[in-house]
Amino acid sequence: MDDDIIVVDRLRKVFGTTVAVADVSFRVKKGEILGFLGPNGAGKTTTIAMLLGLLTPTGGNIRIFGKSMPRDRQAILSRVNFSSPYTNMPYGLPVRTNLKIFSRLYTVPNAEQKIADLAEIFGVSHLVTRRTMTLSSGETARVNLLKAFLNDPEILFLDEPTASLDPEAADTVRSLLLKLQKERGLTIFYTSHNMQEVERLSHRIIFLHRGKMIAEGTPESVKQKFQHGTLEEFFIALARSETTPPAAHRGHDDPS
Amino acid sequence: MNLTRVSGIILRHLAVYRSNLARLNEILLWPIFELLLWGFFGTYIGRLSALGNVVLVILGSLLLWTVFARVQQSISISFLMELWSRNIMNMFIAPISITEYLTALMVVGLLKVAFVSGLMILLAWLFYHINLFVAGFALVPLAVALILFAWAVGTFITGIVLRFGQGAESIAWMFAFFLQPFGAVFFPLSVYPWWLQRVLWWIPLPHIFESLRSVFAGEGIALNHVLWAFGLNAVYLTAAFIFFGYMFEKAREKGFLLKLQE
Repeated sequence: MDDDIIVVDRLRKVFGTTVAVADVSFRVKKGEILGFLGPNGAGKTTTIAMLLGLLTPTGGNIRIFGKSMPRDRQAILSRVNFSSPYTNMPYGLPVRTNLKIFSRLYTVPNAEQKIADLAEIFGVSHLVTRRTMTLSSGETARVNLLKAFLNDPEILFLDEPTASLDPEAADTVRSLLLKLQKERGLTIFYTSHNMQEVERLSHRIIFLHRGKMIAEGTPESVKQKFQHGTLEEFFIALARSETTPPAAHRGHDDPS
Repeated sequence: MNLTRVSGIILRHLAVYRSNLARLNEILLWPIFELLLWGFFGTYIGRLSALGNVVLVILGSLLLWTVFARVQQSISISFLMELWSRNIMNMFIAPISITEYLTALMVVGLLKVAFVSGLMILLAWLFYHINLFVAGFALVPLAVALILFAWAVGTFITGIVLRFGQGAESIAWMFAFFLQPFGAVFFPLSVYPWWLQRVLWWIPLPHIFESLRSVFAGEGIALNHVLWAFGLNAVYLTAAFIFFGYMFEKAREKGFLLKLQE
C-alpha cells in the first residue's frame, strides 16, 4: 500500500540460541502513531535497533520509505530520528553546542535559527546555554526531543519517551508530541510501559511477547479481543505468564 | 563524504576543551612535562658526554613520538568519549558513514597534534634554546609517516573498543607506550638484538626514528627507511580500515552497539 511508510516482513533476530525477535511482520502508515509494546525482554528495543540500522537482522526485510534497511541506511536515517531517556548527548557540553553538533550530522540548513525555533516550541530557550549534565530529567527529555526534531523527521522513533518523568513533565511531553504529530503529519513509532499513555496516544498498538507478535489493532480492539478492561490489565497478565501469553489464544490472528 | 557531517564530529570533540578545562591536560600539561623531563635529562647527558646535540636529538625524538602518541590516542579516546557520555546510539543513528566518522577523528587528531607540536617547538626554544626547525623540511615526511601509522593504530584500537567496550580502555591509553620500547625512539635500531631488529623492521616506527637521527647527524633523510615506513603504513592503514569495518559489521550483527550504550 502506498501510504505504508514502514514495511517489516518476517523480521528475525537470533543471538546465539536466543530468539529475540521471531518472524515479526507489520506495516506502519504515514501519519500513524504506533505503540510498540511488551514486557521487558519482549524484543521491542531489538526491533527498533534493527529499524534504525544499529543491528543487522538475522532474517527478514525492512523497508522504510520504500528503501531497504540496512542497505540504504544513510538515506533512511536522514529522514528519521530517535529519542530515548537511555541515550544522552555529550553531557559536559552546553545544550546549544550539542544541538549544533547534531544539526551538522543531519546537515540542517540555517541551524542556529532552527535551534532557536525548536527551543521556543519545546520551552527550553532558557536552557540552551546550560551544560547538558545540569538539566533535570524533564528538561533533558524535552532537549532530547528537540534534538530528534532537528531534521524535520518524517518518522520519529521513541523509546519510552516519558520514562522517569514526573506526571506533570510526562504530560507536557505527551501534549507536545501530539501537537507536533498533528501539525506535521508525523509518523511516530514508540515503546512505552505506561499503558494509560499508550491508550491516549496510539492509533494502533502491537504487543510483543518473547519476540513474537501476539496482538495488533487499535487499543480498544485489543482490549476487547483479549477480554481485558484496560491495556494495563492485559500487560500485567502477559508479563506474569510464564509459558503462553494469557488470552492470546482467545482471538489472536497469527500476524505472520 | 559530507563535510558538514565530518565537521559536526570535529566540533563535538573540540568543544570538549572549551567546556572542560581539565581536558587540556591531554594537549597542554602532558607534553610540557614530557618536554621538561627529557629536556633536562638531555642537558645532563650532554654535559657528561660533551655531545652538543644530545638535547636536540632527544627533543626531536620526543616531538615526533608525541605526534604519534597524541594522534593515536586522540582517535581511540574520541570514540571512548561517546561511550562515557552514552552518546553511541545518537551518533550512529545519525546518517553518518563510517568513512565520515573515521575521517573526522583523524582530523581531530591532526588538529590536536598541530597545537601540541607548536607548543613543544616554542617551549624547546624558550627553555633550551633549541631550534627544532633546524631539521627543516626533512621533518615533514617523517611526521606524515608517523601520523599515518598513528591513524592505523588508532583505527585498529577503536575496532577493539567497539568489540570490548570500556574494558579495552586501558589499551587505548597505553598502546603507544607498549610500542615505545620497540620503536627505536630514543636510541638506534642497532641497540636491539639482531633477531629483534629483523622483527622491528616490519614496524614503521624504527624506520622513522632512524631517519630522524640521520637528519640530526647531518646525513640527510634516510630515503630507504622513509620508503619502508610509507610502504608499511599503506599496508597497516588498509588492514586497520578493513578491521574496523569488519568489527563495525560484527558489532551490528552481535548487538555490541546496544550493549556499549548500556
